[in-house]
Amino acid sequence: MSVFTGDSARGAARRSTVPVASPVPDPSVDAETDAGADAGRGGAGWPDDDHQSGEGGWRKREIRLRLLRWEARFAPYAYVAPFFVVFAAFGIFPLGYTAYLSLHDYRLGSEMTWIGWGNYEWLFGNPKFYNALWKTFTLGALSTIPQLLIALGLAHLLNYRLRARNFFRVSMLMPYATSVAASTLVFSQVFGRDNGFVNWLLSLVNIDAIDWRNGNWLAQIAISAIVMWRWTGYNALIYLAGMQSIPMELYESAAIDGAGKWKQFIHITLPGLRPTILFTIVVSTIGASQLFGEPLLFDFGNPRGGAVSQYQTIGLFMYEQGWFYFQLGKAAAVAWVMFVLILGLVLINVGLTRWRTRESR
Amino acid sequence: MSIVRTKAAGLVAGALSVALALSACGGGTGAASEDGNTDEGGDVTLTVSLFGTFGYEESGLFDEYEASHPGVTITYESIQQEDEYWPALQTRLNAGSGVADIQGIEVGRIRDVANNQGDKWVDLTTTSAAAQIEKYVDWKVAAATTDDGKVLGMGTDIGPMAICYRTDLLEAAGLPSDPDELASELGSWDDYVALGREYMANAPDGTAWTDAASGFYNAIISTESEIYYDEAGELVWDSNPAVRNAFDLAAEAGSEGLTANVQQFSPEWNQGFVSGSFATLACPSWMIGYIKGQAGDAGSGQWNVTGLPGGTGGNWGGAYLAIPTASEHQEEAAELLAWLTAGEQQAKVFANVGNFPSNTDGIAAVGDVTDDYFNGAPIGEIFGAVAEAAPTQIIGDDDGVIRNQLSRALDSVVANDVDPADAWVAAGDGIRNEIG
Repeated sequence: MSVFTGDSARGAARRSTVPVASPVPDPSVDAETDAGADAGRGGAGWPDDDHQSGEGGWRKREIRLRLLRWEARFAPYAYVAPFFVVFAAFGIFPLGYTAYLSLHDYRLGSEMTWIGWGNYEWLFGNPKFYNALWKTFTLGALSTIPQLLIALGLAHLLNYRLRARNFFRVSMLMPYATSVAASTLVFSQVFGRDNGFVNWLLSLVNIDAIDWRNGNWLAQIAISAIVMWRWTGYNALIYLAGMQSIPMELYESAAIDGAGKWKQFIHITLPGLRPTILFTIVVSTIGASQLFGEPLLFDFGNPRGGAVSQYQTIGLFMYEQGWFYFQLGKAAAVAWVMFVLILGLVLINVGLTRWRTRESR
Repeated sequence: MSIVRTKAAGLVAGALSVALALSACGGGTGAASEDGNTDEGGDVTLTVSLFGTFGYEESGLFDEYEASHPGVTITYESIQQEDEYWPALQTRLNAGSGVADIQGIEVGRIRDVANNQGDKWVDLTTTSAAAQIEKYVDWKVAAATTDDGKVLGMGTDIGPMAICYRTDLLEAAGLPSDPDELASELGSWDDYVALGREYMANAPDGTAWTDAASGFYNAIISTESEIYYDEAGELVWDSNPAVRNAFDLAAEAGSEGLTANVQQFSPEWNQGFVSGSFATLACPSWMIGYIKGQAGDAGSGQWNVTGLPGGTGGNWGGAYLAIPTASEHQEEAAELLAWLTAGEQQAKVFANVGNFPSNTDGIAAVGDVTDDYFNGAPIGEIFGAVAEAAPTQIIGDDDGVIRNQLSRALDSVVANDVDPADAWVAAGDGIRNEIG
């Protein structure tokens, strides 16, 4: 009810003045109620009220009411404005401008010329583009599938009562806290041909030095290892959270029915985790389709992705066009195609989720 | 009443955040435009933005200039990687703000500047630096000159090419390690490859004749005058026998295992200077400083330098200084630019970091410089002779793209066992794909 007290006080003030039919409202009454209202607002505004008298006071009050009404209508927009201002500047505008650029032949530093769909024709007739698409897919599969499986296993283990459980849980998240650049630079050394740690390990079992960087699948495996090292713990924690929301009673009754740990995992944990698993698949798929930093730094900052582009992802391909050859128009076309592809992936994922949930009902 | 309170407070908060967001956006441009600030009373702050090592700061030249020019303050910044420096500079040039009064330009970019950015850089013939233009090696000025005769950049260093080699490794393989003896065995690039085969036959384990096929290719091609474009500006890379021969020879050396299968400027390449994984490498003058940095004190006395096969001349790298038209202190900047690129200063830089002068006065001044690290090699004389013999190269807009694709193809021959002929075809596809 306190909500209305301000208004009723104001209403009272109006009633107290209007019936007198005095052309001059009593300033003292006005000042009192206003002071009360002001105090109620924490003294936030209208300091000039006290100095008002006569007609001016009336008009002021009218203006104030109008202002309040105006405020009530528009204030919400002001509250949400910061997000939309930032979103427009860094989201909508770049998106639109990229679309505009993609229809031009534009080399940074020279004139822009309109070429219509030329950049898209170039793109879809370009074997390098399909190579990049394929590599994005294989790298994505190589890094995502084992990563999620390992994360699931780790989460299952961490769900048991272990000694120093919290230590293990926190240490899972440590790789996630390192930067892509730092971990890639370290892994570049680890997978080095001449003095790398992995090759040293292999040499202990008499396997010759492997040229990780220049192999096709070898390089992709090395890059996947970086991605997996970074993200497995993160996904494991998400799975762990999901597992903890599965009621213990289910496991207990399953155990009574004679189901072993493996059966419990298959028949209770997995179905219970279905929404969580779908979430991680969606997020990992999007992440994989944007893979960029790891393959870039694995070739020492060169966006070609290896001498035969054996690990050039679509992100690298776009960067190579834009910031290596300065073909901003072509890069913009790649960006838009990439955008549409990711949108498609997300839609497929959402569709799958809906279909699965409907089926499970 | 509480709803009134929250509304008022909310309105203030909303208005504030909008104002903050707007001022945050405005702040960036404001700060950028203040970059070249004009101080009161004739004092001037000149900003200099470079990449890699130009050697001015290292040789104390900025301090020296400030001391002799009261009222001038120099603010200097440098980005190590040219391929990060250049895109940033391009976006600033296009935006028309945030550029320094003097910017460095790599020689590989200078034709692009002269052909496409004539309105973004100050024509130095209209400034006080004009008197100095005739002092530089001819091709250096020619590359920075536009079709209508504007000179947009003034030469800093050039990269006369020689061959650096490990005396200890050559001796171990029974080859001559004296520079003159070695030079007498190297009549041509074919001789160089033949000598490489000889080396490999007796080489210490884990070493190769040279570092990378793409580096070898660069060395051969650097001695040519017509490479990817002809005099008329037409693309001729795929019909130019010089390009094909250089590619084939480098690919041959690579697929025979004469190269160490390392990428230039990679960590493995850097380690190679210490571990000796390659015995020789194409060595422009600035590589002298690079080798010292990588091989360290332990490498002192292990290295030596000799000229290119057959006493030819070649060039790899080098740079320019230029003034953006957006600069507010063009005349003062031109004075500083002329001083920095004058012979005397270039000679100091050469003595300090090994960047070879492009100014003929500077070349004359360094003629008797020797280097103890390289067994007392007369580097001033060697590089001077190479610079004199170096041809005027025709450089086109897309030289960078073509060189990049060919280097990549050569890497694939060595690293991925691609057949040289297939690699050449792949490079051609890549080039046509990129530049139509």
